[in-house]
Amino acid sequence: MSTIPIFADENWRMPSRGRVGMFSLIIGESAIFTIFVVAYVYYIGRSTYGPTPQILDVPIFNTVCLLSSSLTIWLAEHAIERGRIRLFGAWWALTMALGIIFLGGTAVEWNKLIFTDGLTIRSNLFGTTFYSLVGLHATHVVVGLIMLSLVLIFTLIGRIEQRHAERIQVLSLYWHFVDAVWVVVFTVVYIVGR
Amino acid sequence: MADQTYPIPGSLDAAPSRGAALLEWLHSWVVTVDHKKLGILYVVYALFFLVVAGVEALAIRIQLAVPNAHFLSPELYNEFFTMHGTTMVFLVGMPILFGFANYMVPLMIGARDMAFPRLNAFSFWMTAFGGLLLYYSFIGGFGLYGMGAAPDVGWWAYAPLTAKAFSPGHATDYWALALVVSGFGTLGTAINIIATILSMRCRGMTLFRMPLFAWLMLVVSGLTLITITPLTAAQIMLVIDRYLGGHFFDTQAGGSAVVWMHFFWIFGHPEVYVLVLPAFAIANEIIPVFSRKAIFGYPAMVAASVGIAFISLTVWAHHMFTVGMTSVSNAFFVLSTMMVGIPTGIKIFNWLATLWGGRIRFATPMLFCTAFLFQFLIAGLTGIMLSVAAWDWQLHNSYFVVAHFHYVLVGAIVFCIFAAIYYWYPKVTGRMLSERLGKWHFWLFLIGFHVTFDTMHFVGLLGMPRSIYTYEADRGWGTLNMVVSIGGFVQGIAVLIFVWNLINSYFHGAKAGNDPWDAWTLEWSTPSPPPPYNFATDPVVRSRRPLWDLKHPNDPDWKYER
Amino acid sequence: MLNPSATGTRRNMQQIRRLSSIRCRLVAFSLWCVTGLKAAAEGPQSTPSILAPASTPAHEIYGLSLFVLLITGAIFAVVAGLLVFVIIRFRERESDAQHEPAQIYGSAQVELAWTVIPVLIVVVLFLTTARIIFAIQDEPKPESALDVTVIGHQFWWEFRYPKLNIVTANELHVPVSTSQQPEPTYLRLLSADVDHSFWVPQLGGKTDLIPNHPNEMWIDPEEAGLYVGQCAQFCGIEHAKMLIRVYVDTPQQFEEWAKNQQQPGVQDAAAAEGRHIFESEACMNCHTIEGTTAHGTFGPDLTHLMSRATIAAGAAANTPRNLHAWIEDPNTFKPGALMPAMQLSDQEINEVVAYLTTLH
Ligand code: HEA
Ligand code: HEA
Ligand code: HEC
Ligand code: CUA
Ligand SMILES: [Cu+2]
Repeated sequence: MSTIPIFADENWRMPSRGRVGMFSLIIGESAIFTIFVVAYVYYIGRSTYGPTPQILDVPIFNTVCLLSSSLTIWLAEHAIERGRIRLFGAWWALTMALGIIFLGGTAVEWNKLIFTDGLTIRSNLFGTTFYSLVGLHATHVVVGLIMLSLVLIFTLIGRIEQRHAERIQVLSLYWHFVDAVWVVVFTVVYIVGR
Repeated sequence: MADQTYPIPGSLDAAPSRGAALLEWLHSWVVTVDHKKLGILYVVYALFFLVVAGVEALAIRIQLAVPNAHFLSPELYNEFFTMHGTTMVFLVGMPILFGFANYMVPLMIGARDMAFPRLNAFSFWMTAFGGLLLYYSFIGGFGLYGMGAAPDVGWWAYAPLTAKAFSPGHATDYWALALVVSGFGTLGTAINIIATILSMRCRGMTLFRMPLFAWLMLVVSGLTLITITPLTAAQIMLVIDRYLGGHFFDTQAGGSAVVWMHFFWIFGHPEVYVLVLPAFAIANEIIPVFSRKAIFGYPAMVAASVGIAFISLTVWAHHMFTVGMTSVSNAFFVLSTMMVGIPTGIKIFNWLATLWGGRIRFATPMLFCTAFLFQFLIAGLTGIMLSVAAWDWQLHNSYFVVAHFHYVLVGAIVFCIFAAIYYWYPKVTGRMLSERLGKWHFWLFLIGFHVTFDTMHFVGLLGMPRSIYTYEADRGWGTLNMVVSIGGFVQGIAVLIFVWNLINSYFHGAKAGNDPWDAWTLEWSTPSPPPPYNFATDPVVRSRRPLWDLKHPNDPDWKYER
Repeated sequence: MLNPSATGTRRNMQQIRRLSSIRCRLVAFSLWCVTGLKAAAEGPQSTPSILAPASTPAHEIYGLSLFVLLITGAIFAVVAGLLVFVIIRFRERESDAQHEPAQIYGSAQVELAWTVIPVLIVVVLFLTTARIIFAIQDEPKPESALDVTVIGHQFWWEFRYPKLNIVTANELHVPVSTSQQPEPTYLRLLSADVDHSFWVPQLGGKTDLIPNHPNEMWIDPEEAGLYVGQCAQFCGIEHAKMLIRVYVDTPQQFEEWAKNQQQPGVQDAAAAEGRHIFESEACMNCHTIEGTTAHGTFGPDLTHLMSRATIAAGAAANTPRNLHAWIEDPNTFKPGALMPAMQLSDQEINEVVAYLTTLH
């Protein structure tokens, strides 16, 4: 039995483990993206044959959608903190819609690249690095959307309450991260690399 | 138990049959989310693979004992050294150290469990699955008809040897996938440890009152976050190359072999510190207790660990001095590598200062830790020799390097692991390990270790490269190799004694009591083995050595700590 | 420390070599005692010891290594000495009082001291190392240098002398390089498949051969004779049998050798049958014999096969019997070598071997 003497109470508070965990995950994920970005940058212009990055169109609309979803999810966080569950649901759904539009835009882009320009992952180095990096990011969007939709379902069946605000915020951290990574990917692929 | 008439709350009235009880018991281990059970699972899992990879090492040593031997075919030899290295690093080193962290960190910081118990269980089973996947390649590497095609590309798996053109079959895929899978497990554990340490400490346990063990585990987990992930990324690229026809490391299509080396060593170098820092953590607990003194220079120890972690992120290319970097980059990596010696030196000196003026009790854990100090010193100094780039042009990929890293991996890490097991076994099982067998284990392992790995340095200086399955008789390496091999078997006997000690003491060891070593950290304040909830009441601390304060009420630590 | 004014010319390096070797004779001596290695034996030997240098880069590295050994040895002596002292002096004794020893939590001054001293050591080690790195790696290439292109193949070496128009395999011939008549050899390192590494310890450090990533290194062997080494980067199943033999020739020997190598393959009427088999079987797809229709490049050039002492990158002596066994099934010496068993009859193999043995 522990019989450690108890001494005068001080204000003993620890950071939320959810937040700490999510921040750790984000650090780890950033390292993964860093490696892919480094590979992309290193291989710019090194393909010995096949299509070049000039065939890319800058996906402005997509980018605007994804970045504004960061704003809408932030508004959703705000709403739930103040206990306005319906408003929260609305912003949340809008966030998801923006994410889905982004994915759709990517699908259209890839469709054009594959069938019009003949660029696949095996075409050349550019194809390999492009699809890997953009695909890795898209995978994260998909994972994010799955988690968002779980929350949306719980909201619709009335299981989300104000006390869940903390968890919602932890989840949104992830979404913000996915958006932030897009800024990097966008800059590297569509601006620097083109 | 027979005359017990009242039902135990929450358990079945009728005693279950033997078979059912066994199933029940197995089930409880499979579904457990208790950090202590998971910790034990990790350690047992790792010890199992230590024996597997150890047997692989012995097969390697039989093959190399004499020139032109035919004990192993070239394929099998190459598979064995790859599997030996991969297993030792990923299935022994990492899991066992995370096992200790799992078991000890919550106890030491006065928590009732890890921050995310379910994630904890998930991570363990991911790691375990990774190990299975790797070893499954012995059966499934070429499909059903090609038995025994384990990966044979070395644990660093340099491109383009790993490309489909040069490594057909699926062995390399198993290797890559196994590391991706266990990598995710490791990532989960690292996140869990960080969250536990940062948000689950008991009342009064500020960061600077944590035991150094917890501090080092925090640093290690942070380092793991940023080093395991590059490996995962690189493995994903390799899988893309092999399965989707990508060109990341395809030198025919403009891809670069050197990029793989960079990616691998950006992971690989910090990885060796991920392995060694927990060993330091163990030494940080054991050395003070057995010299009966507080650790010397606690803040410096913390700073040095953080320093090592940061510097270790900048030194990776010292594994690549021979790939033809510019002289300026070579010089840069010489400097950064040598700088690691400075914080490491601080640690060595602080340990010496802790011993200085103490009253050193050479129980088995302390014996192993003392040998660790001595061997780590030598290993570090041979590391410095390797970091001298020009000299490394000679030493690289020779047995000198093999000797260097076994000096760290075995002489430092395995010794510390043994120390930790002797030290904490009483806490975990409630019984002491036999000191008599412990001494036998220690001295035999020490002798075997030095016979093997001291000799290896000289084989390296005589120009013997690593990864060769045989060598010519006229090279003059024969006698020394025979000596190396004999030492390997002496280590094997020592390990057998150890395993016997583990099993025998579990049933017949002396009862341990709460605090057999008269130690100072929180885990010793609760019964052995600790109850599922760890502490009856949540502990509260006001110094780094709560039990010291308790035992010396007139002279408590918190009056002196800086 | 080494003479800091030298800028890395070869003569200066020789001075330094002498200087540092005097300084470090003590260390070297103890090392030899411990190991019983014949490091003192100068010149070629069959043990490729890095302690018996015979070329400027190897000497420079050797000198540096003795210096580093001296410093690390001193660190070891001090720290290990302290450890032993502590263990003996402060171990628990029967007579000890039962109360705990004095608790000391740390000391800023002491800790500072043992931070600063290692910093100084690191500075010294770094500067010394950097000097040698630059001296070896950035040594300007003299006019008189001989160029050789080394191409690593899975389990054998291809050597091309672009200026001399010579192609050979596995056994490298270079001229001796003396201070009166310096003739260093510059190796350009390429790879045809995976990573390899060129390592002849007595002549210098190793450098990797990486596809798509040409590298360079140089040697200037000071004494004639045979120096052995081998591939030092794991490159697949037969990495162990990718041996290197470097013949350092006197200038006359080298000239003779080069002249012979420039000739096309010998035409010996007695071996016409063997030649015919060679040219009509798949051999010609992989091997070149100048003066015949065989122009394959997947395997070693066989034009002057008989000028080599070994076959298959040192896996076997170059004797008719071994050639026979090799052509029958290369797995006899080198399981996994990339030459297939050619499924020839015994008679055919005899003819081919008879032909091959004319290729001087
Ligand atoms: C846990 C494992 C571990 C640890 C801790 C270390 C520690 C170090 N290692 Fe080691 N190393 C490996 C595991 C490890 N290594 C492995 C596995 C490989 C091979 C991988 C492969 O190719 O398969 C390798 C390979 C390796 C190489 C590449 C060799 C080659 O392939 O050519 C180099 C080169 O610089 C190196 C250097 C060092 C240095 C400088 C340290 C330093 O951290 C040591 C610091 C310690 C000290 C210096 C001693 C104490 C200090 C003092 C007493 C103070 C005074 C001293 C000075 C000021 C110098 N190591
Ligand atoms: C934690 C890491 C670790 C540990 C503990 C070891 C332990 C040992 N290693 Fe290992 N080793 C590596 C990590 C490790 N190694 C790595 C990373 C590589 C590089 C791989 C690569 O190049 O790809 C390597 C490579 C390597 C090589 C070089 C192979 C080559 O390049 O060709 C050799 C050769 O001797 C070797 C030997 C040994 C020996 C003899 C032991 C001994 O200490 C083992 C002692 C343990 C036992 C013996 C187990 C006990 C056995 C039993 C209980 C069974 C019954 C006993 C008997 C029959 C007697 N190792
Ligand atoms: C598919 C390609 C291939 C074919 C066909 C082939 N060889 Fe080879 N040969 C090789 C390779 C590759 C090596 C080098 C093997 C090694 O050292 O690992 C080699 C090595 C040799 C050597 C040793 C050369 C040396 O200097 O080491 C001889 C002799 C030889 N081959 C003869 C023959 C003869 C005769 C034939 C036909 C009957 C033949 N080869 C057909 C690929 C081939
Ligand atoms: Cu070529 Cu190893
Ligand atoms: Cu390293």
